[in-house]
Amino acid sequence: MSRRQFQVPRRIGDGSPDDTGCTVLHVDMDAFYASASLRTRPELVGTPVIIGGGGRSVVLSATYEARAFGVTSAMPMTRARRLCPQATVIPPDHALYAEISRAVMRVFEGVTPLVEPLSLDEAFLDVGGAVRLMGSPAVIAQMIRDQVVREQGITCSVGVSSTKFVAKIASGLAKPDGMLVVPADEVVAFVQQLPVAALWGVGEKTEEALARLGLRTVADIARTPRATLTQSLGVATGTHLHDLAWGRDPRGVDPVRREKSVGHERTFGADVGDPVVIRQVLLDLSEKVGARLRAQRLVGRTVSIKVRFADFSTVTRSRSLRDATDVSRDIYAAARELYEALGMQRARIRLVGVRVEGLTGSDSTPVQVTLDEPEHGWRDADRAVDRAASRFGAGSVRPASLLTKGGGRATEEDRGDLD
Amino acid sequence: MRGRLVRRHTEQERARHEGATKGRSVVKFRVERDVLAEAVTWVARGLPTRPPVPVLAGVLITAESSGSVTLSAFDYEVSARITVEADVEEEGTVLVLGRLLADISRNLPNKPVELTTEGTKVEVTCGSSRFALLQMPADEYPTLPTSPEPSGTVDGSIFTHAVAQVAIAADRGDSLPILTGVRVEVDGEKMTLLATDRYRLAMRELTWSPTASDASHVALIPARTLSETARSLGAVGTIDIALGSAAGGEGLAGFEAGQRRSTSRLLDGEYPKVAKIFPTSSETEAVIATAELIEAVKRVALVAERTTPVRLRFSDGQLAIEAGTGEDAQASEALEASVDGPEIQVAFNPGYLLDGLGALGTDFTRISLTGPLKAAMITGQTSQDGELDPSYRYVIQPVRLAG
Repeated sequence: MSRRQFQVPRRIGDGSPDDTGCTVLHVDMDAFYASASLRTRPELVGTPVIIGGGGRSVVLSATYEARAFGVTSAMPMTRARRLCPQATVIPPDHALYAEISRAVMRVFEGVTPLVEPLSLDEAFLDVGGAVRLMGSPAVIAQMIRDQVVREQGITCSVGVSSTKFVAKIASGLAKPDGMLVVPADEVVAFVQQLPVAALWGVGEKTEEALARLGLRTVADIARTPRATLTQSLGVATGTHLHDLAWGRDPRGVDPVRREKSVGHERTFGADVGDPVVIRQVLLDLSEKVGARLRAQRLVGRTVSIKVRFADFSTVTRSRSLRDATDVSRDIYAAARELYEALGMQRARIRLVGVRVEGLTGSDSTPVQVTLDEPEHGWRDADRAVDRAASRFGAGSVRPASLLTKGGGRATEEDRGDLD
Repeated sequence: MRGRLVRRHTEQERARHEGATKGRSVVKFRVERDVLAEAVTWVARGLPTRPPVPVLAGVLITAESSGSVTLSAFDYEVSARITVEADVEEEGTVLVLGRLLADISRNLPNKPVELTTEGTKVEVTCGSSRFALLQMPADEYPTLPTSPEPSGTVDGSIFTHAVAQVAIAADRGDSLPILTGVRVEVDGEKMTLLATDRYRLAMRELTWSPTASDASHVALIPARTLSETARSLGAVGTIDIALGSAAGGEGLAGFEAGQRRSTSRLLDGEYPKVAKIFPTSSETEAVIATAELIEAVKRVALVAERTTPVRLRFSDGQLAIEAGTGEDAQASEALEASVDGPEIQVAFNPGYLLDGLGALGTDFTRISLTGPLKAAMITGQTSQDGELDPSYRYVIQPVRLAG
């Protein structure tokens, strides 16, 4: 779901677009969570569906039918329900999304080793090396689209161009279930027809700053002297935007890109003041974060918690561990310590989150074990839980303290993300 | 009105007078510069720079007409006391800033030093040098633990070395306070010192002379205090050690060497059971020249970052040491070693490994291994084929990969 909708710029070339040198593909699943959830609810295909929790949670995804009513992702669920009362609301199934994501990424990796995943549902591919073997970039893009829909039953859109940022814009314009090729020699003309907000790195703040300079389209930026831009936007942003406005984006597809952090948070249905409930939720979130780290074969050294109070003021606290870990129990121990250190006297809490940062691959990260570490410790317990979860579903084996209440899950919403 | 003024005046006078006799007492003695400098320096060495209570920055000076002066310092954890001979004219007790007095006495000319109270000041006179230090309220100074009766005696240099060998393995963090201590166990003539931070463990056995042949004590002494105390006492012949009830309560250990006496608070709590940590058998044993091994590990470890290990591969007649992988800098080196048993590779934190090797104090190092992920034991021996010296054992847990 892109932040803003743009019109597809007019093409200047004739005939079918020339994809020579357009080796960068941006593949983006269409309404990923919604499409994935509909695989098991085929009767809902073609109807408005919103993926999200109850109460005060936000929209994670929505079908295009729901989007027609103005529903967008990250919108509060209450607002989405008002806009589209007839929509079916389905709670998210993160395990399913992760599984489909892995399968899709494997499709990409079958084409080229140069795959840079951006999140569960999108990735950049550099197909330069596959052209000789598999055909032109546009042909490869179509192959990927066919294979994903055949294997996973969900559609994706692909942008094909010579640089990452143009490929990404193109995939957004091709949605849903489409493909857009922006030929290398049309890139400048293409981007200069776009509004400034289309550029990578332009958020609301920068957009306002550009508007103050009277710059509304990318062409306006391109025609503005670099010095003017750097003066009002800073050297980094100024040069960056000017480069993009002329289609220059030196970033290559970087397959070793790793997630910087893994986190889970929970918004309560009603504010919670009971420390016992908060601790339980921290444990539950720590379990989830641990499971995600282990699934991706990552370990992290820094644990942080986020607490948002009833008045929306938010504090985050973090602490670094001696050694990187993916053990849920270690994550919880640190998270709980951070929470206790806040010394809160039953303050009303709206949201808590647990995050692990400073991630490295678990196969290459050394760990100094203790002399008394049992041969089969919590690491093995975690792995057993993971195996059970993969057979019987997430949460099939949980800490006993979470079995009874878990804090009234029905009206609450969990949100996990990779950053 | 006038009467009230007068009355207030006399009250102030009385208060001032009481202060002078109560809090700020009188003392007068003469002592040799070297004697004073050495004594104050020793007593003041552990004084806190930012004491929780101001008086704790002081050194308490007690002069007795019998011809001795005792200097004491105390921070509720550690007490230090030393008695020196002096020519005492007026006996009494004063409290002055310890570090300042130490600095002054070290810098005085080599002549007799005289300390005299002058009102609220203490005057230090030596030759033509003259210092006036402010008296601190001696009556607010906490009472020092009484000097305990010794439970036995140990050779100073042996004890100091033993403490240094063991203290390196004590925990420096604050996650588990009990592990910041050295466990001192006495069983008759056998004394066992042990420390671990859970990643490595050092143990040293030594012989001492207990006053009672059936002496049996266990005390957990903060490692920092113990090494500091041992180092400052060790130069002098033998050390008397007081443990258990002899130390005047279970919470204290006492040390005495010559005129120097100190006590240390003990750590409270159950020390983890460590007996099962010592490997009982080994698959591969290697003997390497200690100095060469230390040099090689130091060199190779230059490329190791904070958490990256050095890898040791033991094969026939050789020990290969390497560090660094993939895109990082790499280093390797090979040493001659007598290796007995199957080939094995094991990775260690270089700092932990060097701590143990450096503490051995023998020309040759024996490393006993049971597996790449099993704890390894380091012991010393005097020659390549010589007898194993089992009195010092250093157990180190290898580094593994997180996956």
